[in-house]
Amino acid sequence: MSLLGHEVRTEQTLFWRNREAAFFTFLLPIIFFVVFGSIYGDSHIKEEGGLRAAPFLEAGMIGYGVASTAFAGLAITMVIRREGGVLKRIRATPLPSWTYLVAVLVSTFVVFVIEAALIITIGRLLFAVPFPHEPFSLIAVLVLGALAFAAMGLGLTGYVRSAEGSSAVVNFIYLPMAIISGTFLSPEGYPPFLKAIAEVLPLTYYTRLTRNVMVHHQHLWSDLGAVGVVLLWGAIGLIAAIRGFRWEPREG
Amino acid sequence: MTAAEAAVAVHGLRKSYGHLEAVRGIDFTIRPGEVFGLLGPNGAGKTTTVEILEGYRKRDAGTVQVLGIDPQRATPAWRERIGVMLQSSSLYPNLTAIESLRVFAGYYSKPRNPEEVVDLVGLSEKRDTRVRKLSGGQQRRLDLGIALVGDPDLIFLDEPTTGFDPGARRAAWDTVRGLRELGKTILLTTHYLDEAEQLADRVAVLRDGEIVREGTPSDLTGGAVETEIRYRRDGRDIVERTTEATRRLNELTAEALARGEELEGLEVRRPTLEDIYLELTAE
Repeated sequence: MSLLGHEVRTEQTLFWRNREAAFFTFLLPIIFFVVFGSIYGDSHIKEEGGLRAAPFLEAGMIGYGVASTAFAGLAITMVIRREGGVLKRIRATPLPSWTYLVAVLVSTFVVFVIEAALIITIGRLLFAVPFPHEPFSLIAVLVLGALAFAAMGLGLTGYVRSAEGSSAVVNFIYLPMAIISGTFLSPEGYPPFLKAIAEVLPLTYYTRLTRNVMVHHQHLWSDLGAVGVVLLWGAIGLIAAIRGFRWEPREG
Repeated sequence: MTAAEAAVAVHGLRKSYGHLEAVRGIDFTIRPGEVFGLLGPNGAGKTTTVEILEGYRKRDAGTVQVLGIDPQRATPAWRERIGVMLQSSSLYPNLTAIESLRVFAGYYSKPRNPEEVVDLVGLSEKRDTRVRKLSGGQQRRLDLGIALVGDPDLIFLDEPTTGFDPGARRAAWDTVRGLRELGKTILLTTHYLDEAEQLADRVAVLRDGEIVREGTPSDLTGGAVETEIRYRRDGRDIVERTTEATRRLNELTAEALARGEELEGLEVRRPTLEDIYLELTAE
């Protein structure tokens, strides 16, 4: 337990010390929320039955946040550590592999929760978005998102060969995904081909869940179909991680 | 000495990568408290051997015992007792030197004091400098510190001083000698022969995955190896090799004295480990 605590503290130091990564994964969703919320927060979205845009965007930025912290940020960090030999080095210590991975996940979750709390607080203060009525479902949706997208992020590392290419590859996947999944805009208004892509992306379903909980004040389990799709993608990520995650740099 | 008493016992070790036979059936034993040098050119199989002993790679054949257990079945308790310095640096760029040592110290149940280790590897003045601002040599010294911070019984040093300036190398050698005094067992790979001569109690020379010579550094340079005698006569440089240097020198000097001449440019050289190594590792 103290070993896990030691490693979570280490991970936290490492995360906040790496300013560039902390900016892109932690701060960017918050900045987007403030900027876009100021631009169209008070307009109403006709595709979503005239819903005010600010709460819609707030829940979308939680989805964007999970993709940037748990998926993109985690994948890039782990590839850089793998290629830099840090993961290999850790394997030679008495720290059990599972303790290390659990610590990485806990630390990622801590960052995501702080980010979500800031987004919800900013929404309340700047855009008068009410707090979600179902705190348990809110926590559950955050846990679900962090676990599923972290599994996908770890799964992706096996397909990224070099530290230099890691942010290019990961951003190429996650930025279009964030846009197509409708974290900023309602996917209901998309042209059919984008809609077709959106319908297979995990973030589309995850954002639907954050909106159910945060905007419509429903329980997480009121849309079990969407929960199932997110879990399925998480399971695919987990299988890819078990098959492809490496502790050692790719040599030659 | 039985395999159980040895710090490291390797018998018939083989490892291939595809068609490449990296290690072709090697045997060696390292006694507790010994500094053992594994010498050889790049690609000779040094790192493969060390990484099998560290538990990173699975062998294809042979038996391996490290501190009494098979490294393929490594446990955290076993890892408490080994220290590893990898061939390339493996550090977190955004931690300071002392923070890096504290992070790794935290993985062990009875670590050394990180403050003491930072002094030991000569980084006291850089203790609060971020790793990415350290020079390559300073980063390697921190790697060495991390290998020691768990207070292990057996330490693997894979080319520990590559890239060091001469002063830093001597300081690192002193650190290794200090560890030896503490009774630590050390397996050192290097392609610097002076390093092996300075530090190792015994060395094994690897070539193409086989041990071509093993013994103390003086075993390798001594024995029936020929001594080289150089001198100049009639304006020509002459080089002789002999196993009876004393007799041959006596003849040469007697002749010269009889002629009333000086033996110009006289040099007598015992082969160094470097000469032997070059001879052994030549294709």
